[in-house]
Amino acid sequence: MESIISISDLGKTYASGLTALSDINLDIHRGEIFALLGPNGAGKTTLISIICGIVTPSAGTVSVDGHDILTDYRATRSKIGLVPQELATATFESVWAQMEFSRGLFGKPPNPSFLEQVLRDLSLWDKRDAKIMTLSGGMKRRVLIAKALAHEPQILFLDEPTAGVDVELRHGMWEMVRALRASGVTIILTTHYIEEAEEMADRIGVINEGKLGVVEDKNVLMNKLGKKQLTLTLQYPLELIPTELAGHPLELASDGHALVYTFDAQQEHTGIAELLRQLDQHGIGFKDLHSSESSLEEIFVNLVSEKA
Amino acid sequence: MNLHGIRAIYLFEMARTWRTLMQSVASPILSTALYFVVFGAAIGSRVGEIDGISYASFIIPGLLMLSLLSESISNASFGIYFPKFSGTIYEVLSAPVSPLEVVIGYVGAAASKSVILGLLILATARLFVDYEIAHPLLMVSFLLLTAITFSLFGFIIGLWADDFQKLQIIPMMVIMPLTFLGGAFYSISMLPPFWQKVTLFNPVVYLISGFRWSFYGVADVNISISVSMILVFMLLCLTTIWWIFKTGYRLKN
Repeated sequence: MESIISISDLGKTYASGLTALSDINLDIHRGEIFALLGPNGAGKTTLISIICGIVTPSAGTVSVDGHDILTDYRATRSKIGLVPQELATATFESVWAQMEFSRGLFGKPPNPSFLEQVLRDLSLWDKRDAKIMTLSGGMKRRVLIAKALAHEPQILFLDEPTAGVDVELRHGMWEMVRALRASGVTIILTTHYIEEAEEMADRIGVINEGKLGVVEDKNVLMNKLGKKQLTLTLQYPLELIPTELAGHPLELASDGHALVYTFDAQQEHTGIAELLRQLDQHGIGFKDLHSSESSLEEIFVNLVSEKA
Repeated sequence: MNLHGIRAIYLFEMARTWRTLMQSVASPILSTALYFVVFGAAIGSRVGEIDGISYASFIIPGLLMLSLLSESISNASFGIYFPKFSGTIYEVLSAPVSPLEVVIGYVGAAASKSVILGLLILATARLFVDYEIAHPLLMVSFLLLTAITFSLFGFIIGLWADDFQKLQIIPMMVIMPLTFLGGAFYSISMLPPFWQKVTLFNPVVYLISGFRWSFYGVADVNISISVSMILVFMLLCLTTIWWIFKTGYRLKN
């Protein structure tokens, strides 16, 4: 796959001595939705800020569509739109004035019909003359997205785009992001909502303590790291797991009314057949069984805690 | 060159001026008018002439300079400080604009506003005092040069400041006293000999003296020294700004 952003050996140490990023190597593919996951302070925003030109890297290189972000910053920045995490907008300006400002700042000639379309797509057209201070938090968030799109970027960074946004609006934003991707825009998003990454991302990168851990196709990641659980609802509750079954990764649940067996779905022998045989041998009957997959959230928590 | 980018910053800043018309234009004009009433008409009639010029006319260049310096600094410093304070600076930093283009946008708007204000004050002065401008072209050049230089200085203060107090401290604690002691209301030849020498260390003396020369053809110090001083200060400001953008000081880290 052709990469649109190439990051090599990137590092950032702040003047305070804090190392926010170290040895980051990553390629973002053209046209994909890439989700960057990580706990607070992991380095997600620093990484985005370096690519966008807000923070100067201490080491390594970043190229955007073949252009270096430092030596050829005009070319790289004109291709990028950034929606920051904080609701940082001019307060007293109208939505329309801010759209014109953003487009001009990125070197594009005025194009009212394009700006109108962006505002309509984000349901902001009716608010074009409203001062930004009069808008709700959700609308301000959409204004930030509209501003980031005002110069027709090829790459869009969304730093926690749905933080503090209600469910309906969140789903609306997901649709908008998919539509943007369909139009050829590459999207990189950071999020705390694992559900968001699970719903939208093509690939996922997990960053923790300034280091990039896993970078993987979302489905592959879920298959590779996702664990399955088999829950058996027992006919008679158990007080303890019988010692004969101690070799199995079993847990008692629901006050002894259920046995939970965790297994790796990727392995050829899951051990389920053996477990069921042993249960039968020891006269432990069950009246129901069901299996479940771990969510991306659980995978993420596991990854982060393994690194810690 | 990103001309659209420069235009966007310039228009954004000028829009702020029109939005705050009372604070940015009416207030300095009113305070200058009060100076003319108090010092020009009421006290000035008792002072008599200085260097052959009526006192009310004599103080015009100094008063104009007082407003020009304080307005240039406050416009430019607030213009860049506020985006840093509110977080909207991210957009300028992530845009394909060079440091020079950012400076032209912000400083150009601040200087434009100061020049407009200066001309309005000059027109207001006409209501109270009769005056002539001996070297109008030089007067306008001086006005422009001072507005640009002190807007550059204000821009540095705005970049340096990390709270509102710092934004005010240099205009209030340094510029205002230097202007009052820089011959805005008197000729330095009126000072005792020792203080005449000391006052030459005040850079504002050269600005006011040069500006007064463009009005009346009389000056405390040679006009070429005045022009050189302001050019040197401008160069210092430009160098400092270049260093700030190069290192990212208070901007990028």
